[in-house]
Amino acid sequence: MKRRSLLKAGAILLGTANIRHVHAQNFLPPQDLKPFIEALTRGAPVRAGRVTMEMPAIAENGNSIPFLLRVASPMTPADHVKSVHIFAPRNPRPQVAAFQFGPHAPRAEVATRVRLAGSQKVLAIAAMSDGSFWSGELNIVVTAAACLDEALG
Amino acid sequence: MSSGLARLRVPESAQPGEIVEVRLLIQHDMETGFRRDMQGRAVPMNVITEVRARYGDQDVFRAELGSGISANPYLAFSIRAVKTGEIRVEWIDTAGVRGSVSAVLNVT
Repeated sequence: MKRRSLLKAGAILLGTANIRHVHAQNFLPPQDLKPFIEALTRGAPVRAGRVTMEMPAIAENGNSIPFLLRVASPMTPADHVKSVHIFAPRNPRPQVAAFQFGPHAPRAEVATRVRLAGSQKVLAIAAMSDGSFWSGELNIVVTAAACLDEALG
Repeated sequence: MSSGLARLRVPESAQPGEIVEVRLLIQHDMETGFRRDMQGRAVPMNVITEVRARYGDQDVFRAELGSGISANPYLAFSIRAVKTGEIRVEWIDTAGVRGSVSAVLNVT
């Protein structure tokens, strides 16, 4: 390849890189959660139900949103929640958190505060001791996203 | 009950079998890695990746966290009071820095 055409190609590449950077200032589009769900369930079906989340319907700021997660389960040695996984499809890293409860856990419930990069539908999937998977979803409107300047960098 | 970096709250006492709430607050920036400092240098990601809670000699709660959890992470979970014992929470961040905090739950 001639030096000139090489430079030209490089300039085009740089150009696209700049455009991407400009886009990075905006909210990210939702990501496909399928690979994350697949890694968790290994193809097992996920049924809707038993998992509930509580968050404000509208958050002015995405940096610290009160978040409550609850899974309906008797929490006995025979029938309990093994783990719960939270996914935010518009976050640069959709895996927000995963929780496991021990034998002393009387209920599968946890409260925390999350960062959300924009309005989205948050998904939670619970893995039960019988091998079944249950999920819950919750929509939230975030008017100012958590900082993610470099998310697409 | 608390170190400078974290606070662990449990009720002063509980009856056997009672469900008690354990509340944990850790001072940590939970740096996402998507931010730049005043000189324009990228601030490397550093978040608490794992939190483990033990009650006596039992694991009672475990959390895997990431950049989707707010700075100064707050976690609240419940345990069933069995007997008087220490509740100890340990964590580690991306930089490998470990921390811990503990509190005693009196069961009478």
